[in-house]
Amino acid sequence: MTLAEPRAAGAAAPVLGFDVEQVRKDFPILARTVHDDLPLVYLDSAATSQKPYAVLDAERAYYELHNANVHRGIHVLAEEATALYEATRDKVAAFIGATDRREVVFTKNSTEALNLVAYAMSNAETTGPEADRFRIGPGDEIVITEMEHHSNLVPWQMLARRTGATLRWIGLTDDGRLNLDNLDAVITDRCKVVSMVHQSNILGTINPVERIVARARQVGALTVLDGSQSVPHLPVDVVELGVDFLAFTGHKMCAPTGVGVLWGRGELLEVMPPFLGGGEMIEIVTMEGSTYAPPPHRFEAGTPMISQVVALGAAVDYLNGLGMAAIAAHEHAITAYALDALATVPGLRIIGPPTAQARGGAISFVLTDDEGRGIHPHDVGQILDERGIAVRVGHHCARPVCLRYNVPATTRASFHLYTTTAEVDALVEGLHGVRRFFSR
Amino acid sequence: MKLDSMYQEIILDHYRNPLHRGLRDPFDAEVHHVNPTCGDEVTLRVKVVDGVVEDVSYESEGCSISQASASVMSDLVIGKKIDEALELEREFLALMQSRGTAEGDEDRLEDAVAFAGVSKYPARVKCALLSWMAWKDATAKAVDPAATAAATPAAAPPAALDVPEQEKP
Ligand SMILES: Cc1ncc(COP(=O)(O)O)c(C=O)c1O
Repeated sequence: MTLAEPRAAGAAAPVLGFDVEQVRKDFPILARTVHDDLPLVYLDSAATSQKPYAVLDAERAYYELHNANVHRGIHVLAEEATALYEATRDKVAAFIGATDRREVVFTKNSTEALNLVAYAMSNAETTGPEADRFRIGPGDEIVITEMEHHSNLVPWQMLARRTGATLRWIGLTDDGRLNLDNLDAVITDRCKVVSMVHQSNILGTINPVERIVARARQVGALTVLDGSQSVPHLPVDVVELGVDFLAFTGHKMCAPTGVGVLWGRGELLEVMPPFLGGGEMIEIVTMEGSTYAPPPHRFEAGTPMISQVVALGAAVDYLNGLGMAAIAAHEHAITAYALDALATVPGLRIIGPPTAQARGGAISFVLTDDEGRGIHPHDVGQILDERGIAVRVGHHCARPVCLRYNVPATTRASFHLYTTTAEVDALVEGLHGVRRFFSR
Repeated sequence: MKLDSMYQEIILDHYRNPLHRGLRDPFDAEVHHVNPTCGDEVTLRVKVVDGVVEDVSYESEGCSISQASASVMSDLVIGKKIDEALELEREFLALMQSRGTAEGDEDRLEDAVAFAGVSKYPARVKCALLSWMAWKDATAKAVDPAATAAATPAAAPPAALDVPEQEKP
C-alpha cells in the first residue's frame, strides 16, 4: 500500500523543549494495541483526553490515604481531604489567571457549569434587587453563536422558554468563522447575556472573544465563555479575555470525568442566585427558609466529586509542568501539518477554517469516493477503526453547524499534547484506504 | 479483512442502488425517525390495504448500513401481510441483537441476512434498525391513526425545543 505524497512543507517543525515521545510515555493507554496487534492511533481528544500517570496516581493516592468527606468533620482525614480539594481551587485559579480563589466553582462538567448560569438567571426572579443583572424576561435577548456545542445552546433555549426572553445568534461565514458584520444588530440594548464558544469542537475555530465582549459590555450584557476546547489546549487568562464567566471540563484536560469548573467574576458570583439547593450551600436553615453561603460554596451543593477534583489539581500541575504555551505551539504545528496532509486526499473537504491561523486541532471533514459519491462519516470511522485509528463521526453535538454547511455529519480528527505527525500520516493513509474500499 | 463481514457485497449493492427510495403517494402514515448520535435520518411512508403492506417508500440520509437496510427492509415487507411482516421484523431484531452468533434464515429474511455481520458492531446495530423501527411505527399509525409515538421516543418531533425565529443575520 502506498503512502500519501510527502507534504511540500516537509515535516512539522518540532517545538523547542517539547518532546512528544517523552510526553507519550506519561500516558499508559497510548501504549496499548487494538484489534489484536495494531497500535492505537487516538485522534479523538476533543471528545475526551487520555490521562497521564500523575493524574491516575493522584486519584488512587487520595482514596488510599486521605479519603473522607470535605468541609465537615474535624478528624485528620477530613482535614486532609478538604485541604487537597481546596488546593485544586488555588491551582485552577492560578491556571486561568483568576485573581481570587473564591471565583472558582467546581461542577460536574462544562454542561453543568453553563446550566448553572442559565438557571441562576431564571432564579433571579425570586431574589432581591442585588441580582438585577441576572434578571431576564420577555423583551430581553440572549445571544449565542451558530457554532455552539449543544451544551451551550440547549440551556439557553430552555432559559428563553422559562422566561419568555428571545434567543438570537451570530451566524457563520462559509469558511467556518463567526460573521461579525452585523454584530451590533445582533447584540443590542435588549441583550442580557452573550454566551459563546472559545474554540469550536466541530470547526476548530478560535473565536475573537475580545471583539464580542467589547460589544456585550457596551450594552451591559453578561458574557459567558465556553472554554471546554480552549482551556485544555491554550494559555487562557480570564482577566485578559474580559469575560464574566468561563466554563470548562476536566476530562478534556487530562483529568478524570465528573469534574468541571465555572469561573465567575467575584462581584457577580457574590450576588448570583444559587442553582442547586442542598447541604454545603447554606448558611442558616429553618423550616421556613434558608440563607445561602457565600461563593464558591453557594454553588457547590451536596458532597462534591472529591477525588476527581484532587486529580484535576494533578492534571493542572502536569500541564503547567509542560507549559501551556509549549502545548499550544506543539498542537499548532500538528494542526498545520494535518491541514496540509489532508489536502492531499482527493475528495476531502474540510468543514471549518482551511488554515491553522486562529484555529485549534479539531479538524472536521467530509469525503467522497472516486466517482464523487459521498462516503458517509459513519463508514469512514468504521474503516479507520479497523486500522486502529480512533476518530469521531456524527454531529459532534453541534447539529446546527452541520445544517449550516449542508452536511449530514462529519468525520473529526482531533489532537492533543501527545499527538504525533506519524499519527496524522496514519490517518491520511487510512483515508486513502477508505476511498479504495468504497470505490471498488 | 474482518470488515468484509459487515460490508457484504449485497449491502454495498443496496447502498448504491437503493430500492423503493423516494416518497410516494398514496400513503396512510408518514414518520420521521432520527439517530441523534450519528445523524442518520429517515422519513418513511406506509400504505396498508386489507391488512397487507401495500407500499413502503422513504427518503433517507445516512451511512451505507442504514441506507442499505432501508432498501432491503422495504423490498422485503412490501406485499406481505402486516402480521407476517411484523414477524420478520422480530426475526431481524433478534439477528441484530445476536452479537455475531446468529446467521438468520435466508428463506425468510432474504437479503436481510447479509446484515448478520453488523451485529458484531454494537455501534452500528442502530443504523441497521433505524428504517425497521420507522416502518413499524408508521405501520402502527396506519392501522390505528390514534396511536401515538410514545413507545418510540426517537420519533417525537423536536418541535418542543425549536429555536424561536429570528430575522436571519
Ligand atoms: C465546546 C464544548 N462545549 C461543551 C462541551 C460539553 O462538555 P461536557 O460534556 O464535559 O459537559 C464540550 C464537550 O463535548 C465541548 O466540546
